[in-house]
Amino acid sequence: MARRLHASRTDGVDKNVWVEFTKLAADYKAVNLGQGFPDFSPPKFVQDAFCNAVSGGFQMHQYTRAFGHPPLVKNMAKFFSRIVGHEIDPFEDILVTVGAYQALFSAFQALIDEGDEVIIVEPFFDCYQPMVKMAGGKAVYVPLRPKADGAILSSGDWVLNPKELESKITPSTKAIVINTPNNPLGKVYKTEELQMIADLCIKHDMLCISDEVYEWLTYDGAKHVKIASLPGMWERTITVGSGGKTFSATGWKVGWAIGAGHIIKHMKTIHQNTVYHCATAAQEAVAQGFEREYEVFGTPESYFLQLPAMLYHKRNKLAACLQSVGLQPIMPEGGYFMIADISSVKVDLNDKRTEGESYDFRFVKWLTKEKGLATIPVSAFYSPEHSKEFDKYIRFCFVKEDSTLDAAGDILRKWSQAQ
Amino acid sequence: MNTARLVLNCTKFACYPANINCRRRLCTSQYMMSRHSHTKRIAGLDKNVWVAFTSVAADPSIVNLGQGFPDIPPPSYVKEALAKAASVDRMNQYTRGFGHPSLVKALSQVYGKVCERQIDPFKEILVTVGGYGSLFSTMQALVEEGDEVIIIEPFFDCYVPMVRMAGAKPVLIPLRLKPGKKQTITSADWYLDPDELSSKFNSRTKAIIINTPNNPIGKVFTREELQMIADLCIKHDTLCFSDEVYEWLVYRGHQHIKIATLPGMWDRTITIGSAGKTFSVTGWKLGWSVGPEHLIKHLQTVMQNTLYTCPTPLQEAVAQGLLLNLKMIDQPECYFSSLAEELEGKRDRMAAILQEAGMTPVIPEGGYFMLVDVTSLNQDLSHMDDDDAYDYKFVKWMIKEKKLAAIPVTAFVGDESKKQFEKYIRLCFIKQDSTLDAAEEILKNWSKI
Repeated sequence: MARRLHASRTDGVDKNVWVEFTKLAADYKAVNLGQGFPDFSPPKFVQDAFCNAVSGGFQMHQYTRAFGHPPLVKNMAKFFSRIVGHEIDPFEDILVTVGAYQALFSAFQALIDEGDEVIIVEPFFDCYQPMVKMAGGKAVYVPLRPKADGAILSSGDWVLNPKELESKITPSTKAIVINTPNNPLGKVYKTEELQMIADLCIKHDMLCISDEVYEWLTYDGAKHVKIASLPGMWERTITVGSGGKTFSATGWKVGWAIGAGHIIKHMKTIHQNTVYHCATAAQEAVAQGFEREYEVFGTPESYFLQLPAMLYHKRNKLAACLQSVGLQPIMPEGGYFMIADISSVKVDLNDKRTEGESYDFRFVKWLTKEKGLATIPVSAFYSPEHSKEFDKYIRFCFVKEDSTLDAAGDILRKWSQAQ
Repeated sequence: MNTARLVLNCTKFACYPANINCRRRLCTSQYMMSRHSHTKRIAGLDKNVWVAFTSVAADPSIVNLGQGFPDIPPPSYVKEALAKAASVDRMNQYTRGFGHPSLVKALSQVYGKVCERQIDPFKEILVTVGGYGSLFSTMQALVEEGDEVIIIEPFFDCYVPMVRMAGAKPVLIPLRLKPGKKQTITSADWYLDPDELSSKFNSRTKAIIINTPNNPIGKVFTREELQMIADLCIKHDTLCFSDEVYEWLVYRGHQHIKIATLPGMWDRTITIGSAGKTFSVTGWKLGWSVGPEHLIKHLQTVMQNTLYTCPTPLQEAVAQGLLLNLKMIDQPECYFSSLAEELEGKRDRMAAILQEAGMTPVIPEGGYFMLVDVTSLNQDLSHMDDDDAYDYKFVKWMIKEKKLAAIPVTAFVGDESKKQFEKYIRLCFIKQDSTLDAAEEILKNWSKI
């Protein structure tokens, strides 16, 4: 065909780190600590709920309410109202989406126009940037930086500079995107840090998109705080959540956006012109999951306490393993991931095929191909302007069976002995 | 006046808050809310016929022949395949973004056979959230400001808002009823005027959307009709988006033809299919786009920036269902043909009931909808809201007075064609016998008060 076919909105958003690296891990059958998904099963109660839904009446296999299956939105409203401190209307204030990914997409499409600026805190989950771009917006980056004083051992040591943040705000700034607990760093923003951001949102009349998919996964007493619960923030915040991360069922792709009705309604317009409905049975299963968790909230029965307790041990195990081979992990306060500083490791990366790529990309490819261990390069989570500063870190996912972590440990030990 | 209309009536920089807290601080909140107005791309796209009618019809005392979903159960092997898939650990986690490997391989086998060509499962197929998701990915990938997209009326209602959301201009052309009195009208009596169609193409035309079998009329485009469209696509170098979600639901005497199989068309066509319609599982929301790599790759780019992957266990179950039916594809047990046979009986029954009640059905050649001309009922609706077209008024009246739900057909046409279609309502007949029995009761007693 003679003419140019593809729409310009797809320009510059075609490369994707997951497509590249998941294929690499699969091709080399590597021990996969790369992409963020559990290699263990969802909890039994939620698997049972799915099976019950599948064998339920015919309605379970036909369209449900487009903006969210009624049992799911009702259970979520009940569950989150007491956490956010605001009476959430299940039909006005919630939109169910195909994963948190689609909630983010709908938010950007509904609220970001050509020329709008969006502040993204780095390191950021990589999709924020292409989504802002596809909406015609301009991404403005503000990095979390390790504190100047002392050893940088924890994600809590990476902070935002309030003056630097405010300096990036212009009359065109429409929104700021935050992610807490953060992927890849694992930072859990403290109330004071969120208050600082909230103050700026109110002062400059900005929206806040708060990606909280890892909300239940906090360690060492760190507390997850919802920015939407701070004064003046409910009416300007979209809180994004994930059934996949909450119930260790990433393959179900059930996510949501919760916020003030006057904002959610625009996301509904996007939703009804993009996918319209989400799968019914999966929503029914997540609805039952929330019902059960509401009943046992705060008790030892709660999956929302059991999962972080289990992951805490895996986190520590992986950190010890990395330290023992000379890699320097940054201990995450929350989330699924740990980043490690690879600058002290000397490797001969003489692969001509990766020449010209950033150091961590080359290192990760080498580690996958030569040692059979898959990870993700951290500069993938940084803007072009800052990625060079942060190309000596790689990301490990520790939400894996102990046998997977042991296998990774063996690879690292053999490698360090050989050096 | 509802909130949606309020928003529509506002200029870009004023927005009425719905939240009670905000009303108290109207002055400051009006300023605040001005920054929270919606983006240009969704201006005027918030209204939707489904939003208007599905909640009304959810009342269980109403016999619902409105929205297109089966109330008959899906084949049991497909539900079993889903239960089995969900019991496998790996199946509850992310799969390949552009489509679960076993599903894209099954699709490439099924469509490879039907199209009689090798289809690359990884480069020429994208799995999406329903046929709807495929339409969206296609528009976002290939349509933009400055483009025109030809849409044939009556059209599945989302085509126009999706074209507009992509920044392009919809250009509409109606199917027209052949003149001359006939005993029974069928969907084959509706045709595209070749000269009229030709006049809609110009240098800005990026694509034409066709839907065969058509929703709502049920027309199954013939090879000659598709050839006429293909000739224009090739002459003007345009793309063709072919919505074929009802591809297996074609009744005796008719054949579903894929425009992508016509000479010169594979390289410029995206063909859309649906697991929901194929296996009577609309609530699974899985669909697919099939086409040449140089087009599909852009749809894949959209996918990786919108929702990334579709649910895994559902894809695995659909793969199993496809493989099972592929084995029996030329046999009567194959669901692709057994469903059509079952529906043909329901179609004929529905048509007879409607004729008895004094209405004029348009017998569909395919799909699971039937258009019904209600002119001869002479129903007086002058007491109702003048803003609405006749069919909207008729359907609202029918739901209230007769407890029977349908969908007004002018929801599927542009303003200029409203007069041509406002005496038609759409009924869905993929319903179990008890639902059709209930509808028959209502229609039998139509003239009684």
